[in-house]
Amino acid sequence: MASNSNSSERQRIAQQRLRIIAAHLHKHEDGNSGIIAKECKIDATGSTEENKGTVPRKRQEIMKWNGWGYSDSKFLFNKKGQAEFTGKRYRLSGMTLPSLQDWFENTFGASVKHKSPATPVLNVSAVPPPRLNEAFVENLKATGIPFSNEAEDRVFRAHGHCLHEIFALREGKTFERVPDMVVWPNCHNDVVKIVELACKHNVCLIPYGGGTSVTSALECPPEETRCIVSLDTSQMNRILWIDEKNLVAHVEAGIIGQDLERLLNERGYCTGHEPDSMEFSSLGGWVATRASGMKKNVYGNIEDLVIHIKAVTPRGVMEKSCQGPRMSTGPDIHHFILGSEGTLGVVTEVTMKIRPIPEYQKYGSVVFPNFEAGVACLREVAKQRCAPASIRLMDNKQFHFGHALKPQVSSIFTHFVEGLKKFYITKLKGFDPHQLVVATLLFEGDRERVLQHEKQVYDIAATFGGLAAGEDNGQRGYILTFVIAYLRDLGMDYCVVAESFETSVPWDRVLDLCQNVKERIIRECREKGVQFQPLTSCRVTQTYDSGACVYFYFAFNYRGLVDPVHTYQQVEHAAREEILANGGSLSHHHGVGKLRKEWMKDSISKVGVGMLKSVKEYVDPENIFGNRNLL
Amino acid sequence: MASKTLYSQRDPMLKRDGFEDILEERRNSSDLKYALRCYAPVLYKGVTPCKANMLKNIVLQSDQLHYVINKVSQESGKAPDIIQEEASVILEEMAHRLQISTVRFFAFALTKAFKTLFQHVCVNEEGIQRLQQAIQEHPVVLLPSHRSYMDFLLMSYILYTYDLALPVIAAGMDFMGMKFVGEMLRMSGAFFIRRSFGGDKLYWAVFSEYVKTMLRNGFAPIEFFLEGTRSRTCKSLTPKLGLLNIVIEPFFKGEVFDVNLVPVSISYERILEESLYARELLGVPKPKESTSGLLKARRILSEDYGSIHVYFGQPVSVRSLAQGKVNRSKYNLFPRHIPRKPMEETQSFVNDTAYRIVRLQEDNMVLKPWVLMASLLLQNLEGLELSVLTEQTVWLRGLALSYAAFLDWPDHAPTAKVVSSSLALHRGLACVSGGRVSLVVGEPLGPVTPEEALFNRAVSVLSCASYRNQVLHVFLRPAMLAVAMHTAASSKKNDVYNCFSFLWDMFSNDFILCPGDTVQDFEEACYLLVKTGAVQMPQQDIVMTDIGQPTLSFFNGLLEPFLQGYQVVCRYFCEEASEGLTEKQYIPAVRSFAVKLILAGNLRCYEVLSSDMQKNALAALLRMDAVTKVKVADQVTLIVNKMAVNSIDNILGGKLPTQKAVLARL
Repeated sequence: MASNSNSSERQRIAQQRLRIIAAHLHKHEDGNSGIIAKECKIDATGSTEENKGTVPRKRQEIMKWNGWGYSDSKFLFNKKGQAEFTGKRYRLSGMTLPSLQDWFENTFGASVKHKSPATPVLNVSAVPPPRLNEAFVENLKATGIPFSNEAEDRVFRAHGHCLHEIFALREGKTFERVPDMVVWPNCHNDVVKIVELACKHNVCLIPYGGGTSVTSALECPPEETRCIVSLDTSQMNRILWIDEKNLVAHVEAGIIGQDLERLLNERGYCTGHEPDSMEFSSLGGWVATRASGMKKNVYGNIEDLVIHIKAVTPRGVMEKSCQGPRMSTGPDIHHFILGSEGTLGVVTEVTMKIRPIPEYQKYGSVVFPNFEAGVACLREVAKQRCAPASIRLMDNKQFHFGHALKPQVSSIFTHFVEGLKKFYITKLKGFDPHQLVVATLLFEGDRERVLQHEKQVYDIAATFGGLAAGEDNGQRGYILTFVIAYLRDLGMDYCVVAESFETSVPWDRVLDLCQNVKERIIRECREKGVQFQPLTSCRVTQTYDSGACVYFYFAFNYRGLVDPVHTYQQVEHAAREEILANGGSLSHHHGVGKLRKEWMKDSISKVGVGMLKSVKEYVDPENIFGNRNLL
Repeated sequence: MASKTLYSQRDPMLKRDGFEDILEERRNSSDLKYALRCYAPVLYKGVTPCKANMLKNIVLQSDQLHYVINKVSQESGKAPDIIQEEASVILEEMAHRLQISTVRFFAFALTKAFKTLFQHVCVNEEGIQRLQQAIQEHPVVLLPSHRSYMDFLLMSYILYTYDLALPVIAAGMDFMGMKFVGEMLRMSGAFFIRRSFGGDKLYWAVFSEYVKTMLRNGFAPIEFFLEGTRSRTCKSLTPKLGLLNIVIEPFFKGEVFDVNLVPVSISYERILEESLYARELLGVPKPKESTSGLLKARRILSEDYGSIHVYFGQPVSVRSLAQGKVNRSKYNLFPRHIPRKPMEETQSFVNDTAYRIVRLQEDNMVLKPWVLMASLLLQNLEGLELSVLTEQTVWLRGLALSYAAFLDWPDHAPTAKVVSSSLALHRGLACVSGGRVSLVVGEPLGPVTPEEALFNRAVSVLSCASYRNQVLHVFLRPAMLAVAMHTAASSKKNDVYNCFSFLWDMFSNDFILCPGDTVQDFEEACYLLVKTGAVQMPQQDIVMTDIGQPTLSFFNGLLEPFLQGYQVVCRYFCEEASEGLTEKQYIPAVRSFAVKLILAGNLRCYEVLSSDMQKNALAALLRMDAVTKVKVADQVTLIVNKMAVNSIDNILGGKLPTQKAVLARL
């Protein structure tokens, strides 16, 4: 079977897969990190050698301390006023984007002349001094687990990527409360020791994975008086074993998405779990927030992928005794951990499904005359259960946004072809450029079946007036998801604040919800004194049998506002109320954190909240895991 | 003081727009040109207008209707396509066929008619501008007051004049009787609904889906009359909720972002149907709407009907109203295409909204001097000196203005002139002879029986009352307080409040009193009476001031007919009503009871002969459980609790303190 078949073929597939990933992620320099199938190094050797993962302990060495992603990658307007993306990691890296400036200025009424630059370096002296629990520190030292109480390390783990968090950092403001120290366990046993010590000395633990939370989940509760220890799982990043007979891999929960895929790809496998944040988010984080990947139609969401979870709680270690694919043993205890957002314990190891790397991958796109037609098509695709690995529908605003991100066209010929396409769609087919929308598609599987599948989907699209619009448009749509977070930093350099939020909603309410939420945002902005028309845009990013996941982007030029973040928060709050009133859920995959706690009771009922509380009470009566998310 | 803030909260009428006379331009330019001019209104979010046929198709193919069709088919055993066919027939009977050519015809014909009938047709142009804005942003529902057949033609006429989207109007099926005219109205935007279709699920489904489709797509403003029918008394009627429920539901279900309700107040200086209404109230059956009847109405064309004022109120956002009152997410758990009874929360919201809108209509009703004079004349049925009438009218004008009445009093005209021109316009109702002003009693042809004479007199009284009724909403709350002070056992605030609350309850079918607003209304009344110096409130007492006498006695006189009328009804139930009295027999029976009393000289109140008052009194007694309805076979019988009725009678007459009445009810 797979494990014995000729390895050169497997190698070839792995290489191909790697190229694909590298194409839409980044070029990884470190090619020789392999799968380490040995016991915890601490136990084995007592040494604290660095791991080979992408993320070092000192995250700030490669990542921005006050923005998204790698320090070397950012958008900027160069001296000619053209936008360019720096660095070498992405496909867009090193390219200029000639139409972005116009789009940016026209959409927001912003100007490249009105800069709002960020504070260049962290003001260490403004960071609150650590409140250390001496006894805990002494005991921890004895275990040899590395830790730090340097200001940079602590501030980096005091936040996720909510607008207000990044905005504060850029403004040079520090948070009211930051972790007092950071520990880097190397393995499950390290975590067990840390949790035991925390219980013994009444120390508050906040697990930290990839740090990509957008729900204020990583913020330290200001009222917390105990010593807060940020438990950074980034060094627990090994694949411990791969079971090719059952197609599962046992992985340490601190591994981040890109490393997990890369390492599996080298063995000819993948998980297929690709959330938009996969470059930085961690396996443990996915479990703790019920993450969703863009290819869930083929591979499933995190809850479908997970076979076994090992979690360390103040009561001890929770895990199942076998790896049966399904069990009827009362309520699934995995579901106490899935979505627990770090309130019950730390996920240390996960066994998850793997698949052979698909033979063939193909992007595609379809243009529809309007959003209604697009949604109707996605609904039909879902009904016939023939959704490709990914299918996303961008509204008209996002379509234009995508176009603004087109790199400089290299030849006159491409330019000419683009012009022809545009002419065909808007003139010959009569699509209104201010109405048309585009669906992006990603097909995976063996070549034969992909082509067949592709035809089926395009045929359905045609019945809703959809026109195939090429692979290129499709691929660009997916590139956008990886660079959009970088674009927010560019916006913030020029007085534009932006955020995204998501929900899930039954099919029949998708259109009304999108329309009402956009209208609510526009109206709230007007009422709150925003001087410029906000950008509101949405896309349908996931399809299910009975509904869809809808993702909103929302941005506005804040010039003239006293407290833009506060205004922004009020508008977002109103938008969430509107979502709930229109039959949308509190969250599809971002989670609740502290940002949306207030709606939990209405969302899951008082009894539901009571159930969760009683679990918390049993598992963690001293509130050691005191990030106060969720409840 | 709390009452001040409460009152000022609903005090928008102090800032009202000015009026423009739209007939003025018509008198100076070509009517034909006007009827044929370019008409290109802006629609909701720029949608293109939808052809009537396309609209029908959307409705017939809707999930909502399909669901009900299948359900009805299962229940009746008939095939779905037969039911579908029935639905199609219903829709055919109902749907409007708006045609611009018909509208142009009406624009032409109405201009001619209006110019002969009326001196002015005045519209507040700022209201029109607000409406234009609203139509572009949200689906709009126009809610005019309803006192004449003219109302909806007038509305469409005005919107056409201002180049606004023409509304589609819910009209009663009775218009359909007028063959040609019915079709004309249909082509000018009316759609027709049966008066009663209680249990007919299919009809309801077609109807509500038809209205909602128009609303959701914003093809045209929807127009209907909250009061359900024309008010024969010129008092606003308690609102009907059916259509309001339908137009609000799309907001709760998230199908539209918001719905704007626009109250429109149409005030006529003289109502075309004036004496017709009085006869109808007295039991002379209303002539069936027929084309020939309408032609006879041509006689009307030779008279002067003064002016019309149309006031387009501030659009009311349903979204803002519902904020914090209705939890929309409760609609999340049911498929939206399945019809459901509105939740309790929603029902009370819609009810509340309906009352609020009717009160907004009332607030912006334009009152003419004659309305004040009629109120005075009715308190002096034997007539009064012209000079006294003039003097008292001036006094009443001051009172009305201090209560924020929307009074259209001619500028710079001497009072005597105002009074005499009012009398001239209403010469059919009042006359001056020998310096005395009194009501005109229609000259009978040939010899008359005492009954006939009585009815003739009643016609004038009721006609006159329809003018007094127009001012009631301004004075109602302080007047009830005045009566309460008069009947209360002491001047203690609590006692007065109990009386007030009793009256409030008793009269809540006759007047627009928003449910649950008793305390607020009481405080408003106190505030107003204190403000005008008629009453003072030392500590826990409410007492009349030295100068309060005229005001309070006027107020007592104002409500006297209602108090007396209700008492007569009570006495009828105690003294005359037989066992097994059916609901149908009730009105004629009370009427002849009252006639007997009047002929015997024991009663001087003619207003109790009005079927409107009789119905309202019965409704009040039913509400208070003093009378109950029992359905026997297919007859509805009224069972009387004589004890309870008797004590209500006594309280109304001031013979019993309120507290005991409450006990008697238990």
